[in-house]
This record gives sequence, structure tokens and C-alpha cells, in this order.
Amino acid sequence: MTEMTASAGARPASSKTLLAVDLTGVHKYFGHVHAVDGIDLEIASGEIVAILGPNGAGKTSTIDIILGLSQPSAGHVSVMGMQPRQAISRGLISAVMQTGGLLKDLTVSETVEYTGSLFASSQPVDEVLRGAGIADIADRRVGKCSGGEQQRLRFALALLSDPVLLVLDEPTTGMDVEGRRNFWATIRKDAEQGRTVLFATHYLEEADAYADRIVLLRHGRIVADGTSSEIKAMAAGRTVRATLAGASEDMLRDVPGADTVEVRGDTVLVHSTDSDATARYLLTETSAKDLEITARGIEDAFLALTGDDTAAARTGASS
Amino acid sequence: MSTTPGITAQDLRSRRVPPMGGFTLTALKLEVRRLTRNRRTVIIAIVVPVVFFLLFGLNNQYANLRYGHGNVSAEVMISLALYGAVLATTFCGAMVSIERAQGWSRQLRLTPLSPVAYISIKILTALVLGLCSVIAVYVAGIVTHKPSMSVGLWIATGASVWIGSLLFAAFGLFLGYLLPAENVMQLLGLILALLSFAGGLFIPVSQYPHVIQEIAKWTPLYGLNELVHTPLLGNGVDWTWVVNVLAWLVIFAGGAVWRMQKDTARV
Repeated sequence: MTEMTASAGARPASSKTLLAVDLTGVHKYFGHVHAVDGIDLEIASGEIVAILGPNGAGKTSTIDIILGLSQPSAGHVSVMGMQPRQAISRGLISAVMQTGGLLKDLTVSETVEYTGSLFASSQPVDEVLRGAGIADIADRRVGKCSGGEQQRLRFALALLSDPVLLVLDEPTTGMDVEGRRNFWATIRKDAEQGRTVLFATHYLEEADAYADRIVLLRHGRIVADGTSSEIKAMAAGRTVRATLAGASEDMLRDVPGADTVEVRGDTVLVHSTDSDATARYLLTETSAKDLEITARGIEDAFLALTGDDTAAARTGASS
Repeated sequence: MSTTPGITAQDLRSRRVPPMGGFTLTALKLEVRRLTRNRRTVIIAIVVPVVFFLLFGLNNQYANLRYGHGNVSAEVMISLALYGAVLATTFCGAMVSIERAQGWSRQLRLTPLSPVAYISIKILTALVLGLCSVIAVYVAGIVTHKPSMSVGLWIATGASVWIGSLLFAAFGLFLGYLLPAENVMQLLGLILALLSFAGGLFIPVSQYPHVIQEIAKWTPLYGLNELVHTPLLGNGVDWTWVVNVLAWLVIFAGGAVWRMQKDTARV
């Protein structure tokens, strides 16, 4: 088990197929802050990918770079084999914002008409309104629409140009459970037609339920990249805790089953995929005592992978 | 849907970039329609200069006095048409601060619309309201029969005022990108009143104390105000007026472009 798994095996690797997103060695600095710290990411067309991570992990900065809203400080970015801005001017990328992005003094249909007019070709206004279920409020001012109606309008705008890549930044923030479920049902239906979907979220369940592939970010780096089940396997397991005087990480590097090892004074915390083997080893091969085995919930596992716990020493068992 | 799994380069060839950076008459039409919904701006830009003209342009003590190739009433009318056009174009330009606050300008950056095309739409919208303002003041002049000058001068001065107000569309855009939305309009009303006094739109600059006169010559409405009165006064163009207008145009347009390029902030 390595901390850095290969990306999802299911995606097509044909050389004729263009990568929807291709980031190579991307860095982004804001003064002294290193928001994106060397990201390599390839997304094939047709994938549904979640970028998961806590606030400040670099999700938004990465998405802004893919959308061409900001330039990487270093590294290369291409979308459908071209610069993000070129892809946007051809209507190949769309994004749904979390909030804002709408003019309150335009009506719903005027907003669609305005945005649609900016593309070389776009879907008919009436059709888009009907598709998004907002035809009945076409003449309502955007400022008078509910949050859910505004979100449907944003979604309608994003589909106007029939994009190849749809980027969603925390798309369901502020939605209730029902709204969230409906939203994702629409996205899934849409993705079945071959659209690539990239969404950022800090909801674990959302990434788990709706993405083919999850990319975990922490401190501007990819800490894990794989299918939902791969990530789960990686994050599952138990924590073995024991008291061991004079322990060091180096000496515990080869503990069987160990995924990560953490030493806090005389306390040793081993996250293990085979807790029996780990416990047996600690009790027979070392002077460990007060041994305790606890199951780690998936939530804890994600926190461990993405948490803001830089001080804690961690070593990948086989990397 | 044209998209299928496994997009190839061929599939993308059918996707075109819109002509003229995404500039369309549809967008311009909708921008003008938005403007008509913003009643306060329309009232300020059209009603205020007309009321000022009725108050200050018809006074029999001086209105019929000779002024260049016309009379003082015509001179006041031109000044107030300029005031109205400047209010109109500045307010329209500054509406980008509201668009920024609502995240609309960021949304537009995810469309093919180029910054140049967007600015063109904004400036043309501003000029539409500016034209309404000039026409409103000139119609007030025609109806009251006070301003006197040749038909050619009505057209020449009106056109100069309208085209000159372009400078303040750039000013509005610059401040719209620079200032937060909450108080930009009130602040602009105040700034424009001060600039109008300094530029000699309400009181001739020659009536100010010497020090004030010298300062006033550097302000952005001074050169423009002198230039739009030139056809009426007929005493030639002073090159410092032209320099004044061009220098401020460079500052405002350059500032607007500079701020716009920095503007990708989220809301």
C-alpha cells in the first residue's frame, strides 16, 4: 500500500483520445503562501472526478488554473489539448459557481439570452430553460429567485455552450439534502452522455457517492488519487496504540501491516491494514505494552489523509 | 449532444471562437435594457441637467447677452449638456463595480467574451445614456427658445459634448474597478460636482482666485469643457486643452485596463 496510488485504471489510455485536463508540475504562489505545490493531474474525457480536501488545501486555486482565471506560477496546464482560455473561447469548458455570478436586474431568460449570445453557437434559450426546469420563471428577475432557482439557472448557463468539461466548485453548498440529491441526479444523467465532470468538495460522502475517481489534496499537493473504493481501502484499517519507551519511527518502519507510524513521546500509534499482525509484532518483537486496537472510521481516515496536522510524523510503509 | 466519450482533436475542430471577441448586439441591447431599469441613474443623468438648465440658463439678466457666435444661454446649455453626459457615462461605467460585487464579471470571464469586447459594450451603453442626456438638455433649449446659435453650432457642440463624454465612460470604468460597490455612486456624484466646478461648467474658471484657476487647469473636466465651447466661442483651440483631455484619457483608460486585468476575485 502506498500513499500515492496510480490514478484510476478504468480510464482510456488511447493516444487518439485527448486528455480533458492535463496539469504538469503546477505551482501557484501568493506571496509566501504556496497554494498549489506541484500538482500533476491527468483527467481523461468522460471521467467524473472529485477534488476533495479541507479548506485551504488548494482546491480553488487548482480549479482557477484549470479555468484560466489565474496563471500557474510554474508548470504547464492544458485543457482538451489547448490553453484554458482557448478552450473557454470555444465553449469547451463551463463552470458552475458556488454563489454569485448572476445579475439581479436581468430576468432569468435575459440572463440565458445574454450568456448564450457570447458563444459562437449555443442551445436555443427556450430549450435550455425547459431543460433546467426554469421555463415557468423565465420572466422573473434573478434577484427575486430563490437560491435553488438561481442554482438551476447557473447550471443552465453552464450547459449553454454544450461544454466538454464541466467544472463545479462546491456546487451544493447551502443546498438541503433533497436539493443536493436532485442536483447530482441531473449531473449524473448529463455525464452519461460523455461530458467530463470535475467537482471540488469538502463533503466526503459527496465525493464517495458521485465521483468515479477522487483526488485528495492537502497543502497544495495530491496525497491520494484513485477510485472511491481504492481510497476507502487505503483509508480503512485500524489504529494500534501502544506504550513503547524509546520508540522511533525508523525502528518501527518495518512493522507488518503498518500504513503510517506516529510516535508521540512514549506512545506509538500505528495505522494498520492488518492490525493482528501489527499487534503480534509489537507484543512479541518489542517491549510494547498497554496495547489497544481501535477501528478507524472512514471520516477519521480522510481527516488523517487531508488533515492540517503537519507536525505529526508520518511515514508511508512501502513508499 | 455532440460529445461522446473519448473526445478527439477532430471533434474539437467544429468548435468555433465567436467573431469580434464575443461582442454582440444582443448583449448591447440587454445592457441598455438594464440601464432603463435603473431609474435613479436615468433620472439623475437626464432630469438633473435639464432642471439646472431651466434654473440657470434662462435668467433674463444674462441669458440673451452675446457670447461668441451665440448667447450666454447657449453657453450654459452646452455646459449642462456636458455635465449630464458626464454623469451618464460615469455612472454607466461605474456599474461594473456592482457587476463585480455580484460575481457577474467573473462569470463573463468563463465565456468567450474578451475584455476588449466587454469594455466596448460598456462604453457603447454609456454613450447611449450620454446621448439621451445631451438630447434632453438640447430639447429643453429648443423648447424654451432662449439659447441662440446657428443650426451648425447646435450640431457641432452637441456632437462634441457627446463624443467628449467618452473620457468619463473610461473614468467610470476605472473607478468601478477600483472602488467597492456599496458607495461608489454617492462618491461619484460628489467627485463629479467638484470636477464640474473646477472645470468651469457651473461658474467660469476666470471668476475664481488666481491660485484656484491654476489648479483648475489640471483637472479632467477643464480641457473638455473648453473644447466643447470652442465652436460657439470661435477663438481657436488652445493646445493645453487637448493635452489635458488626452492625458486624462490615458490615465483613466490605462487605469481601467490595469484594474480589469487584476480582477478575477471571487465573491
